[in-house]
Amino acid sequence: MTVALETHDLVMRFGGFLATNRVNLQVARGARHALIGPNGAGKTTLVNLMTGVLSPTEGRIVLEGHDITAVPIAARVGLGIARTFQINQLFPSMSPLEAVSLAVAQRAGRSAGIWRGFGALPEIVDEAADILEGLHLADAMTERSDRLPYGKQRALELALALASRPKVLLLDEPAAGVPEGERHEILDIVASLPRDVSILLIEHDMDLVFSFAEKISVLVQGAVFLEGSAREIAADRRVREVYLGESADG
Amino acid sequence: MLTIIFDGIAYGMLLFILAVGLSVTLGLMNFVNLAHGAFAMAGGYATVILMNAYGLPFLATLPFAFAFAAMIGLALERLLYRRMYRRSHLDQVLFSIGIVFMAVAATDYLMGSQQQIIHLPEWLRGRIEVAGVAIGAYRFFLVVVCGALVVALQWVLARTRFGSQLRAAVDDTRVARGLGIPTDLIFAATFATGSGLAGLGGALGAEILGLDPTFPLKFMLYFLIVVTVGGTATISGPFAAAILLGIADVAGKYYIPRLGAFVIYFFMLVVLLLRPNGLFVRSGAR
Amino acid sequence: MSEIVGNSRERARRSAAASSRWRLPELAFWGCAVAAIFLLPSRHLLLNEIAIVGLFAMSIDLILGYAGIVSLGHAAFFGVGAYAAGLLAKSGYVEPASGLLFAGAIAATVGFSASFLVIRGSDLTRLMVTLGVALVFVEVANRFESVTGGVDGLLGISMGPILGLFEFDFGGTTAYCYSLCVLFVMFLIARRIVNSPFGTSLRALKENRMRAGAIGIPTAKRIVAVYSISAGFAGIAGALLAQTTAFVSLEVLDFARSADGLLILVIGGSGYLYGGIIGSIAFALMRDALSTLTPAYWLFWMGAILVALVVVGRERIVDCAKALSLRVRGQPK
Repeated sequence: MTVALETHDLVMRFGGFLATNRVNLQVARGARHALIGPNGAGKTTLVNLMTGVLSPTEGRIVLEGHDITAVPIAARVGLGIARTFQINQLFPSMSPLEAVSLAVAQRAGRSAGIWRGFGALPEIVDEAADILEGLHLADAMTERSDRLPYGKQRALELALALASRPKVLLLDEPAAGVPEGERHEILDIVASLPRDVSILLIEHDMDLVFSFAEKISVLVQGAVFLEGSAREIAADRRVREVYLGESADG
Repeated sequence: MLTIIFDGIAYGMLLFILAVGLSVTLGLMNFVNLAHGAFAMAGGYATVILMNAYGLPFLATLPFAFAFAAMIGLALERLLYRRMYRRSHLDQVLFSIGIVFMAVAATDYLMGSQQQIIHLPEWLRGRIEVAGVAIGAYRFFLVVVCGALVVALQWVLARTRFGSQLRAAVDDTRVARGLGIPTDLIFAATFATGSGLAGLGGALGAEILGLDPTFPLKFMLYFLIVVTVGGTATISGPFAAAILLGIADVAGKYYIPRLGAFVIYFFMLVVLLLRPNGLFVRSGAR
Repeated sequence: MSEIVGNSRERARRSAAASSRWRLPELAFWGCAVAAIFLLPSRHLLLNEIAIVGLFAMSIDLILGYAGIVSLGHAAFFGVGAYAAGLLAKSGYVEPASGLLFAGAIAATVGFSASFLVIRGSDLTRLMVTLGVALVFVEVANRFESVTGGVDGLLGISMGPILGLFEFDFGGTTAYCYSLCVLFVMFLIARRIVNSPFGTSLRALKENRMRAGAIGIPTAKRIVAVYSISAGFAGIAGALLAQTTAFVSLEVLDFARSADGLLILVIGGSGYLYGGIIGSIAFALMRDALSTLTPAYWLFWMGAILVALVVVGRERIVDCAKALSLRVRGQPK
C-alpha cells in the first residue's frame, strides 16, 4: 500500500482542551476512506490540521513522503490537497462559472495573470464548464452563488475542490443538509472520481458511509478508537452499540 | 532620567483615561469609533469655557467636563451610534470620520481655530520633590487623579453588578442578552461613561496635549495604537499600552528631539512586527 | 451527450467573453468627458481637478472595492507621487509623461514596502497602520524642509511640453486633455486588471478569504500586489496634480485627502471602477454649491454628507443619485 497522506502523532490543544490526541492516520493512495465518530470527536479539526487552517501543537503531516506540517494553506492546495467545508464557503456574488474558472486558473498557474481576461483563456473556461457539467451545475453556471438552491451550492462546494485536481480530497460532510433524494447523487459523483484520487470522507449518514468507504476510521474524543475495513467496522459490537445504535435511532 | 519616566507615566495615564472608553466600546460593541477624540475635545472646551467665562476654579470644572462629554455621548449613542453597531467596519469608519469632521468644523466656528490656554491654579504649577526626584506638580496631580480613576474603574468592573454584566456582554453579547442582561442599557451607559472619561481626559490634558479644533484628528492615531496594542479584552492591556506609549513618546522627544516625533510610529511598527494582534491580547482568545 | 457538453462549454465561453465587453453607457461616458473639452471651455481647470481626484478615488477602489481593504491613509501615495514628480521637474527633467511614469513607479515601490504591514493583523490594525504610514510621510515632508519646502510647499516647478509637443496653457485646456488621457489609459489598465483572473482572485479573497485560501490562492501575495498597484495609481494621480498646477504642498498628504477619497467612492459606489470618477464629479458639484453658501465650513458639510450617506444607507442615496446623474452603469453592483 502506498500512502498518500499521513499524520504522525498529531496533537492539537485549544487551551486545556485536547481536540486531537496523538492521531496516526494513513490515507492510502486511491483510498475510499471514511472518518466517522460522534459530534465533537475532532473530525473537522483533523481536516483543518491536514489542510493547514490550524497548525498542530505537536506532530507531523506528511504528503507522499514530504513533510508539509509547516506549509501554508494555499501552498498545500498546490501540492494536491483539496477540501470541502461542512458549512458552505462560497463567493456569494460570483457565479459558479467565475468561481470555478478562478479555481482552475489557480491550479493552471494563471490566477496571477493581470492582462488576459477569462474571455481570452478558453481552455480554462472549458475545463470549468466541464466540471460544472459533471456536477449538474451547467444550467445555473451564470447565476449568483448565493441565489442557488442549497443542493446546488453543495455541489458547487465540491466543484471548487475538484477544480484543483487534487491528489487527496478531504470531504467534510458533503451531503449535510442535502435532501434525502439528492444525497446519493453527490456521493455517486465522488465515487466516480478517478481511482488515483485519494478520498477521506467525513459523514454521519451510515448508509452513505458503508456504500462508499472501503476503509473506516472511528474517531472518539480526538483519538483513533478503531480502524478497519467497512465490513469489520460494521461488525464491531462497540461501534454498533455506541455509534450506529445512536444514528439508527436518529 | 527618573523625571522623564515619571512624565511619561503621567502622559501615559492621561492617554489611558482618554482611550479607555474607545477600548470598551470596541470590545463591547465591536464598534470602531474614530470620533472618540471629539468627546475628549468637548470636555476640554467645557473646562476652558467654564474657567474663562464663568471664573470657575479648575478643579470644579472637571465634573462638568465629564458630564458634558457624557451627555453628548449619550445623546449621540441613542440617536445615531446604535444604528451603526451591526454595520461593516467600513461604514463605522466613514460614519465616525463624518462625526469628527463636523465636530472639528463646528468647534472652529464656535470657538475659533486658536490654541486654548488653561490657567492652572498656583498650587498645580511649579515643581515638587518626591523621593529626591524633581517632578512637575501638575504631572504629579495627573498621576494621582488618573491612578485613582484606574483603581475605581477596575473596582467597578471587578466588583459591581454592572461590571459583571458588562464583562458578560463583552464576552458574548448574544448569550448575555439571553440571560436577561439589559445589553441595550449597558451599551448606552458604557458609551456615555467612556465619552465622559474622554471628556475628563480632554480637560485634564488641555495643558499638556494642547487644545484646538483639530484635537480629534491629531490624537486619533494615539487612541488607535493604545487600543490595538492593548487589546479590548481587559482594561489592564490598554493601560499597559498607554503607559508604554507615554514613556516612549516623552523619552523620544527628550533624548532625540530631531526625530522624536517619529518615536510613536517606530513603536507602532515594532509592536506590529512582533505581535500583529497586539501585545496584551489574551492568548487563545481566537 | 457530447452535444450537451459542447453546448455548456460554448455558453461558458460566451459568458466569460461578455464580462469584459464594452457597453454603450461606458462609451457614452467617455464621449461626454471628451465633449466637455469643447462644451465647457471655461471650466477646464475644474475638470482637470475632477479627473485627477477621480483617478485617486479609482486607486482606492482597487483596494477597497475589489480587495476589501479599508485604508485611512491613501493620500500617502498620492503625496509621494506629487513630490516625486515635483522634485524631478525641479531637478531639471521637465518632460511630463515620463515624469508621470517615474512618480508612479516610486509610489508603487513605497506602496510595496508598506503593504507588508497591511497584510498583518485585523481590520483595526490596518486602520492604525494606514493612518500611521500617512502621518509618517507628513512628518517626513515637514521635517526635510530643505527638500520639500516644508509648509511653504514646493515652489518654482516649471514643466516642459508634454512629449515635447504640447505646452501647458493658463486656461488649463492642455492640462485637462492631458489628465483625461492619463485617466483613460489608467482606467483601461484597471479594467484589464479587474476583469483578469487576478482581479477575480481579489474579489474572491474579499468575499471569503478562507475559501480563497482553500482553492489555493496565496491571499497575502495578492494583497501585496494590489496594494502596490493601487499605490502606483495614486502616485500618478498625485504627479498629475503636481505637474498641472506646478505646485506641491503638504496638503497632498493630508488626512482630509484620504477621507475625501473614501467619501467620493462612497458617493459613486465602489467595485465597478466608474464610482471614483462619478463620485468625483458629484463631489466637485457639491463643493461648488455648498461653498457658495458657506465658504469656510466645507469640512462640516463633508462630515454631514458622510454621516447622512452611512446612516440613511448609501445604496438608497446612490441609487437616486445615479438615476439623476449620467445613466452610466458598468456591471451592476
